[in-house]
Amino acid sequence: MTSLPEQTDRKLGLVIDLDTCVGCHACVISCKGWNTENYGAPLSDQDPYGADPVGTFLNRVHSYEVQPDQGPAQLVHFPKSCLHCDDAPCVTVCPTGASYKRVEDGIVLVNEDNCIGCGLCAWSCPYGAREMDAAEGVMKKCTLCVDRIYNENLPEEDREPSCVRTCPAGARHFGDFSDPESNVSKLSAERGGMDLMPELGTKPVNKYLPPRPKDSWQGEVDVLAPWLEPVAQEPQGFFGWLDKALEKF
Amino acid sequence: MTFQQPNIDTSPKVSDEIRKTTCYMCACRCGINVHMKDGKVAYIEGNRDHPVNKGVLCAKGSAGIMQHNAPSRLRAPMKRVGPRGSGEFEEISWDEAFDIAAGWLGPLRETNPEKLAFFTGRDQSQSFTSLWAQSFGTPNYAAHGGFCSVNMATAGIYTMGGAFWEFGQPDWEHTKLFMIFGVAEDHDSNPIKAGIGKIKARGAKVIGVNPVRSGYNAVADEWVGITPGTDGLFILALVHELLKAGRIDLDYLARYTNAPVLLDCDPKSENHGLFLRDDNDKPLVMDRKTKELVAFDTPGIYPDLTGHIRRAGVTHHSVMHEMAEKYLDPQYAPEAVAERCGISASRIRALAAELARVAFEEPVVLDREWTDFRGETHKQMIGRPVSFHAMRGISAHSNGFQTCRALHLLQILLGSVETPGGFRFKPPYPKPVEAHPKPHCGVNPGQPLDGPHLGFVRGPEDLMLKPDGSAARIDKAFTWENPMSAHGLMHMVIANAHAGDPYKIDTLFLYMANMSWNSSMNTSGVMKMLTDTDENGDYVIPRIIYSDAYSSEMVAYADLILPDTTYLERHDCISMLDRPISEPDGAADAIRWPVVEPDRDVRGFQTALIQLGAKLGLPNFTNEDGSAKYQDYADYITNHERKPGIGPLTGWRIGEDGPTTGRGAPNDAQLDSYIENGGFHIAHIAPEAAYFKPWNAAYQDWAVEMGFYDAPAPYIFTLYSEPVRKFQRAAEGHGDHQPPEHLRDRLKKVMDPLPIWYEPFEGTMVDPDRYPIHALTQRPMAMYHSWGTQNAWLRQLHGRNPLYLPSKLMREHGLQDGDWARVSSAHGEITVPVMEMAALNENTVWTWNAIGKRKGAWALENDAPETTKGFLLNHLINELLPPKGDGLRWSNSDPITGQAAWFDLKVRIEKASGPTEESQPNFAPQTSPVGQGPKELRWKVGK
Repeated sequence: MTSLPEQTDRKLGLVIDLDTCVGCHACVISCKGWNTENYGAPLSDQDPYGADPVGTFLNRVHSYEVQPDQGPAQLVHFPKSCLHCDDAPCVTVCPTGASYKRVEDGIVLVNEDNCIGCGLCAWSCPYGAREMDAAEGVMKKCTLCVDRIYNENLPEEDREPSCVRTCPAGARHFGDFSDPESNVSKLSAERGGMDLMPELGTKPVNKYLPPRPKDSWQGEVDVLAPWLEPVAQEPQGFFGWLDKALEKF
Repeated sequence: MTFQQPNIDTSPKVSDEIRKTTCYMCACRCGINVHMKDGKVAYIEGNRDHPVNKGVLCAKGSAGIMQHNAPSRLRAPMKRVGPRGSGEFEEISWDEAFDIAAGWLGPLRETNPEKLAFFTGRDQSQSFTSLWAQSFGTPNYAAHGGFCSVNMATAGIYTMGGAFWEFGQPDWEHTKLFMIFGVAEDHDSNPIKAGIGKIKARGAKVIGVNPVRSGYNAVADEWVGITPGTDGLFILALVHELLKAGRIDLDYLARYTNAPVLLDCDPKSENHGLFLRDDNDKPLVMDRKTKELVAFDTPGIYPDLTGHIRRAGVTHHSVMHEMAEKYLDPQYAPEAVAERCGISASRIRALAAELARVAFEEPVVLDREWTDFRGETHKQMIGRPVSFHAMRGISAHSNGFQTCRALHLLQILLGSVETPGGFRFKPPYPKPVEAHPKPHCGVNPGQPLDGPHLGFVRGPEDLMLKPDGSAARIDKAFTWENPMSAHGLMHMVIANAHAGDPYKIDTLFLYMANMSWNSSMNTSGVMKMLTDTDENGDYVIPRIIYSDAYSSEMVAYADLILPDTTYLERHDCISMLDRPISEPDGAADAIRWPVVEPDRDVRGFQTALIQLGAKLGLPNFTNEDGSAKYQDYADYITNHERKPGIGPLTGWRIGEDGPTTGRGAPNDAQLDSYIENGGFHIAHIAPEAAYFKPWNAAYQDWAVEMGFYDAPAPYIFTLYSEPVRKFQRAAEGHGDHQPPEHLRDRLKKVMDPLPIWYEPFEGTMVDPDRYPIHALTQRPMAMYHSWGTQNAWLRQLHGRNPLYLPSKLMREHGLQDGDWARVSSAHGEITVPVMEMAALNENTVWTWNAIGKRKGAWALENDAPETTKGFLLNHLINELLPPKGDGLRWSNSDPITGQAAWFDLKVRIEKASGPTEESQPNFAPQTSPVGQGPKELRWKVGK
């Protein structure tokens, strides 16, 4: 079993805005591209042009329909990757020490050299955020682009996870949750950032901003009625109003 | 146990080099950084400096690496050796390919140039391809606009001198209410996502009007699940409510639109419905101060919206008067339209009130002084911060032109076009109809056509008809059947050529258009037309040349294949002469350049066309001594001049004192400068010129300097369209140019000079009890523009396309997710898998467009889900309306523009009987000319 650090110096993670995510999968593919080319083994694809194409992805977008008590059904796009939990069960279950949580920033990583591909971590993760690469036989997961965020070969503005850099709708934010003044801490506080399945006690670092209330129009009560107070019912009356209204120009 | 954290390299080398070019995974034209390792493409990300995407990139863009390396890439020119449709080819040299093509086309040009039909699909080089076709001399040229969104583009140009997307966009910085109609994933891809993100971050509201609540409509604060095809009726009800309450921008209407222009309103008059004009042919208005009749652009006047005058016994009143009489009519009251639109009357009122409140209670005021075209200086720029966007959803109906016009009417009544917070044009737009060419069809064997093919007709005299009244063009564009078909009708070319109506052709030359599959209506029928033979056993369409980069379904139906490159291997220019990448605050154009050289015997299509043009001796492509004028497309981009000083690209031209922008001589190093600047050039607009562009003197002067016009061309918006009225007038029996009798009543009805709504044609022709359900397609965000469907990464996101049914229909038919249903229309039948979706108009079904593939195409294996469970709705849609019994062929298109009416489709759903293995119809596999893809990908370059 592998131990978790008692505490980490920083808590890096993502804020994902479910109010704004349009479900375009830009983050999914940008992640695939960067992480195929960078940290560890490439993210392979089996049967890529055949009947059952299955590849390794570190980030996926799911879509769920929600039927509120009032109003029409809604569709929520839900991007999901490793949440870099403070109490990460995937780390403590690892028999070789391959899975670990970094002391300096809290990122949960897999040291592929030590990974025996037993799959216990994937089994223990309640979020389904780990994927075994079928070609390499090692466990793959979101690295929070650990090879981007400190990378001195990248311009400073690009030192953020590729999913954040690419998101067209600006629905993904990266920062340090241990700093109450960071962009992510403030956004999360302002918008009621939520933990995913907090009852499991995993203490996820990533936060989700809930969709704002939708479809506020509920029918008969018409607070906007004054805006449609008729100036006339018939064309003739309208022309009279028009003539008067034009006086002011 | 104590744990020792491993040391990892957090600063690995990212790449050897970044090459900046323009994406082509869809039509959005974002800037990309292509990271190279060992001379290979390693990673693609957005270019932060680029005006379109500002660094972000969608799934398609990031998956470009899989497209660039796709196993479906064609490898060499090919000639057909098996029967058409079989996919059996032999690879040949470029010399042989050009010999074959020139052997077919050369004699046609000398005898009968119209026997070449050249249609270029999703072409982004239309100013170039049209020049080639014009030089050849055939009238039969267009790109894919006719089956895409020509209603949107044409209605926009005729109404306000530009439309959405390439022409303009919401003022994302200032808008407070954003309303989208029929927008799924569509143009503009990343900028709309970025815009929605930006306005939601500051709490502005988004209203989505769409039968399907996916994508943008899923994040909309309010969803209006409208009945397909009724958007125009809904919009005119909003107009009714706003007019009735006087919630319109009177000052804006008086100054900047033709609302005050005086109109002959005497039904007995010869000029009934036409404007009162002065001797210079300028429309007249009444000056509110002097009560005198003056030209609309007279300095110092204030046009009177209530102007009226009796002249020579004829009563004239203002367009405003005409509009009020029309739209205050109870037929447009919310109660009268609610049931047809599927939106309650109180909801319609609430939406109208919300528009009024934001427009008039929360104006955006910028302290920028500007001077208008009548010489008046304004201290501020005052705007109405409601903005709109629409695209295919309202466009692809047979009432689409008038619906798009209605939406522009709504925008203009609110005073929200080219004002802060509203909608803003992108240079070279705004550009009124008057600044566009008319269409041309003058054929002289061995000579170029007498002018550009496509344009904007001003009246019946501009139609493209032969002396006997028959269509001059194979697609029947610019005829009484669809007079304002500014983009042509690509979807009618094969059917008309097969029917020999209006005449037979010899060679069909297509580029980047999958006409034997998802780009055609009536796909099975089109396959038969392409393979049909005459009594001699010869193909009815004798010769087909096709250019594509990939092994698409259409490849199998061609006789000669000219293999194109991938987008990372080619030169392109996204030109100011064409469809540039401008932003509201700047004129921008861009290039593509070969960031890698092809590893196959392929050539960029434009280069191939230049070389073929030289071989054929075409003017514009040949020097006087007969030698080739341009070596390749890069040479053309650099050195072609449309007129002296105006070329494809505006940046880094040569002026008298060094580099210049807009006008200037060609510069040999121009492409190098573009590459150095990240693949694009932008010329910024001064803040005082950035709004009110059609009327802003500073903008007009800048546009002249840039070469968009030769003299300032201010104009007023066309709420009432005289060109449209001229066709209606002809149908009423006036004038020398008269429509055929069978079209007269239809023209009288649809050619209304003010926006109207009428029921989409298919709905009026089929039995509503037999076909009660509307059926639509949408494009998935990760795949819109389906030329990338075989992409190994993207097909894992969208490899299947069930037919989505609303909960009510699932229950009614006893269906469960994964069951199969028979879906039939008046034209055909398909059997497909279904899935429930609750957030859906209860009388509408839909599926993802173009996921279904034919076996053998795209280097997919024959059991790929795209071929076994994927399907096309196209089989249910005919290019013709159901026969009326009059022996005539009635196109399933908008009667004004010819836009393909994809979304008029009405269907019936039944649970499929018995077990089903594959969606139906299914077709025998094509032979793949490129084999199949690998069994596994472990993509990593520069290990």
